[in-house]
Amino acid sequence: MADLMQLLTTNPLAKQLGVPQATRLRRGRELPSGPVAVGAAGGGSTARRALELLGVPTREALVDRPETRVTETSDDGRTREVPEAYLGSIGALVVDATGATSIADLEVVRGLLRPAMKGLERSGRVVVLGVEPETAGAPTAVATQQALEGIVRSVGKELRGGATANLVRVDLLTGEPTSVPELASTLLFLLQGRSAYVSGQVLHVGHGSREPEVAEVLADRPFEGRVVVVTGAGRGIGAGIARTLARDGALVVAVDVPAGGQGLAEVANSIGGTALQLDITAPDAGARIAAHVAQRFGDMGRIHAIVHNAGITRDKLLANTDEERWGSVLEVNLAAQIRINQVLLDAELPGGLDEGGRIVGVASTSGIAGNRGQANYAASKAGVIGLVRAMGADPRLAARGITVNAVAPGFIETEMTGRMPVATREVARRINSLQQGGRPVDVAEAIGYLADPASSAVTGQVLRVCGQSQIGA
Amino acid sequence: MPDQLTDAVIVGGNRIPFGKAGGAYAAASNQAMLTATLDGLVARFGLAGERLGEVAAGAVLKHARDFNLTREAVLGSALAATTPAYDLQQACGTGLETVLQVANKIRLGQVDSGVAGGVDSASDAPIAVGEGLRKALLGASRARTPMARAKALAAVRPGDLAPETPRNAEPRTGLSMGEHQALTAREWGITREAQDELAAASHHRLAAAWDSGFFDDLATGFLRLTRDEGLRPDTSVDKLAALSPVFGKGEGATMTAGNSTPLSDGAALLLLGSPQWAAEHRLPALARFVDAEVAAVDYVSGDEGLLMAPAYAVPRLLARQGLTLDDIDRFEIHEAFASTVLATMAAWESEEFCTGRLGLDGPLGTVDRTRLNVHGSSLAAGHPFAATGGRIVATLAKTLHDLGPGSRGLISICAAGGQGVVAILEGC
Repeated sequence: MADLMQLLTTNPLAKQLGVPQATRLRRGRELPSGPVAVGAAGGGSTARRALELLGVPTREALVDRPETRVTETSDDGRTREVPEAYLGSIGALVVDATGATSIADLEVVRGLLRPAMKGLERSGRVVVLGVEPETAGAPTAVATQQALEGIVRSVGKELRGGATANLVRVDLLTGEPTSVPELASTLLFLLQGRSAYVSGQVLHVGHGSREPEVAEVLADRPFEGRVVVVTGAGRGIGAGIARTLARDGALVVAVDVPAGGQGLAEVANSIGGTALQLDITAPDAGARIAAHVAQRFGDMGRIHAIVHNAGITRDKLLANTDEERWGSVLEVNLAAQIRINQVLLDAELPGGLDEGGRIVGVASTSGIAGNRGQANYAASKAGVIGLVRAMGADPRLAARGITVNAVAPGFIETEMTGRMPVATREVARRINSLQQGGRPVDVAEAIGYLADPASSAVTGQVLRVCGQSQIGA
Repeated sequence: MPDQLTDAVIVGGNRIPFGKAGGAYAAASNQAMLTATLDGLVARFGLAGERLGEVAAGAVLKHARDFNLTREAVLGSALAATTPAYDLQQACGTGLETVLQVANKIRLGQVDSGVAGGVDSASDAPIAVGEGLRKALLGASRARTPMARAKALAAVRPGDLAPETPRNAEPRTGLSMGEHQALTAREWGITREAQDELAAASHHRLAAAWDSGFFDDLATGFLRLTRDEGLRPDTSVDKLAALSPVFGKGEGATMTAGNSTPLSDGAALLLLGSPQWAAEHRLPALARFVDAEVAAVDYVSGDEGLLMAPAYAVPRLLARQGLTLDDIDRFEIHEAFASTVLATMAAWESEEFCTGRLGLDGPLGTVDRTRLNVHGSSLAAGHPFAATGGRIVATLAKTLHDLGPGSRGLISICAAGGQGVVAILEGC
C-alpha cells in the first residue's frame, strides 16, 4: 500500500522536516528486552508478587529525589540538575500504587515515573497498579487513587517510541480481593507486545469464581483444544481475530454471511478451522452455531468463547436516516448477539457456551464518542458497551465463571479504512498517542487476552484498542 | 475386499452460484472455479490438510491444457497434496457419473471418502485452430529443414485461419440439442403453456430456496456473485409467454430462451464417505447413495429423442430396487429444457411407450408434481454442464435429510450423445 503514510514515514527528508515518525511497534508474545523496573508508592507488594509469578526479570526502580539528581554541563557551559538515569534502557516500569492513600504518595509516583520517561526502550511499558477508587475509603484516598488515572493518561500522551502507559485497578480492600494469579494475565498482556496498540487505558481486575492455575497464566497457547466462535471472520479484523486465536491453539468456528463465503473459506482453511455460513440475524442463528459445534466436536463439545465481531455500517446523517438504515445496523451489530447469547447461555444446550466461557463483543470508539453520520452505528456500539457492563455484573454468569467483555477498536488498518479519503485517513491515523493506525492483530490480541482462560477475574470491561486516540478519550 | 458392501453417504456439498455465460465469471477459468468450490467444501467441513480417498470431477468444455484439471485443482486447494484425483467426462451426466464412481469405490471399501462433481465454463470455452491450419502447424513442427518448414506452412489457405469454436451440436446429426429437443417436444405434444409454467415454477422455487437460507450450507459466494445470475424471481408465465420461440420451426415451435436452460458457468462438488469415516470425522450424513443406472438411446437413426435416455434408465432402476414412482418422495429431473422434463414424464404415463418401448405391462406411473424439483432446477439456476450433477445431488440430499430418515429421492439427468444417468438416494 504505497500511500502518503508510507511516503512520509520512509522518506528521510520527511523526518528532517519534523513529520512525526511512526515507530514499528513490538507485537506478539514478546516481553520487553530490558528488565522490568518495579517500585511502590504506599507500600504495596501485589505487582512484585505478580511479576515473580510470571518469572519476569525485574530490578528496583530508580526514584527521582533532589538528593539523587546529578549535575549535567552542556556544551555552552551551562549546568542543570537532571534525574539519575538508568544504565541502559529498561523494558518497563511497574508502579504498585495499591497502597497510595495520600497526596504525598503521588509524589512517590512522580519520582518513580520521571527517570523512566527517558529510560524506556522502544515499545517500553508503564503499568501503574491501583485499587478501585470507590473502595479506597477516606475522600483523600479516593482522590489519590483517582489521580492515578490522570497521571497515566498524561504519561501515555508524553511517551514516545511506541511506549504505552496503562492503569490496572484491582480489588484489595473488598470482601473478595483480587489474587495474584488473577492479576497475572492482565499484567502479562500489558507487558507483552500483544498490547502494542493499547495505551492510556484503565482496566479493572476483580475476583472470579475460579482462580487460574500458574500453568494457565503462562501458557503460550491458552486456547489449545478449545472451541472459539468468531463472527464476521471472512475478512478484516474478524479474519485477524480468527488467525490470532488459532495461533494460540483455538479450534476456530469461522462464521460469516453466505455472500462472504469465499473469504471465509480462505480464512478457515488457512487455520484448519471450519466455515459456518450464517446470517447472524436469522432467528435460528444461535441454534445453528450450537448445532455445528455439537456436530463437529461431539456432544461434550462446548464453546469456550464467542467473539461477536460481525458488524455493518450504513452511514448517513440522521436527517437522512430511515428505519431501514437504522434498523439493519442495530439488528446486525447489537440485537443479533443478544439473541445468540441467550441461546448459547443455555447450560443444557449441546454445543452451547461452556462453564467458565467467555463472551467478547466488539464496540468502537464511535460508540464512545459518537460520530457524524453514524448515529445508528454509534447506537449499536454504545449498546454493546451497555450489554457487556450489564452481563459482566450478572451474578448468575459470574457463578458459572462466564465473563463478558468488549474491545473498542480505534483506527485499524483494514481494507475498509483503506478506502477512506486520504486526508480523513491521515488524520485518523495521527490523532493518537502512538501516531499510527493499529492492525487487526492488535484488536485480536486484546480479544485473546479477554477470552484467555487465565483472565477469569476480568469481566464487564470495555478495552479500547486505539493507541490512546483522542476521539472519545 | 470386504464380504459386505459398506454404505456410501453424502456428507454435504458446495457450489458457487452459477453465472450467465459472459457474465460474472467471464474471466474465470474452470480450474479457478473448481478450486474455489473445493476450498469452500473443505472449509465447510474443516478438512484443510486432510488426505481424502479421491477427488473425481470433470468438465465438458475443456482446454487441452486442462488435461489434469481435477488434480491441478486439488494441488491448488487446501486439501493434502496426497489426495489423488482424476477427470471424468460424460457430457451433462458428468457430475452424477462422478458420484456413482466415488460412491461405488466407497461401497467396495477401496476408498473411505471422496469428492465428486464438476465444473464448466461456457464463457472461457476453448477455441481451436481450423483443421487445415492445425495439420500445417504439426507438419511444420515435424520438418527438419527451413525449406521443409516453409513448404508445410505454405499449405495453409485463408479459409484455414478461421477458428473452431465448440458447438452445442451433435456431431452425428448436425442438429443442436435444442433442435433435437424440439422434435421430441412436438412428438409428445408438449405445449408452450406447460413449458412456461414449469419454467416459472423453477425460478420461483429457486428464489424461495435462496431467500430461506436453504443454500447457506450448500453454496459459497464467488467473485461478485452471491446468487445464481440467471435467476429471475419476478418472472411469470405471462412474461415467459411473450418470448419468441428459438428452437423448432413454424407454428408448432414452443421452445424459447425462457423455457430452455441458458449457457452458464459454475462448479459444484459433493463430499461423500462411508458412514464410519463420516462418524470418525464428526461429519453429518445427509443421504445414502442407494443405486444408479445409465441408459443410452439411438437418436442418430431417429429411433428415439436425443434426451430421452432417462425415460429408459429410471424404470430399469426402479425395477431393480423393487420400487414404483409412488415410492419416491422427491424427484429431481434435470431441466435441460422444460419440454425434456415434460416429455419424460409423459412417456412414463404413456401405455404405448411403456409397453412398447420398456416392455412393461402398463404405464410406469405419474410423477406427483408437488414432489418435483421443489427447490427449482436448471432453468432457474443455469446449467454449467458438468456442474449440474453436483448441484442436484446436494440439493436432493439436503431435502431428503430435512424430510427425515428413509425418505427417497430420484435423480434423472439427460446428456448429449443420447445418454441418461439416474440415481436413487435415501435420506439419513
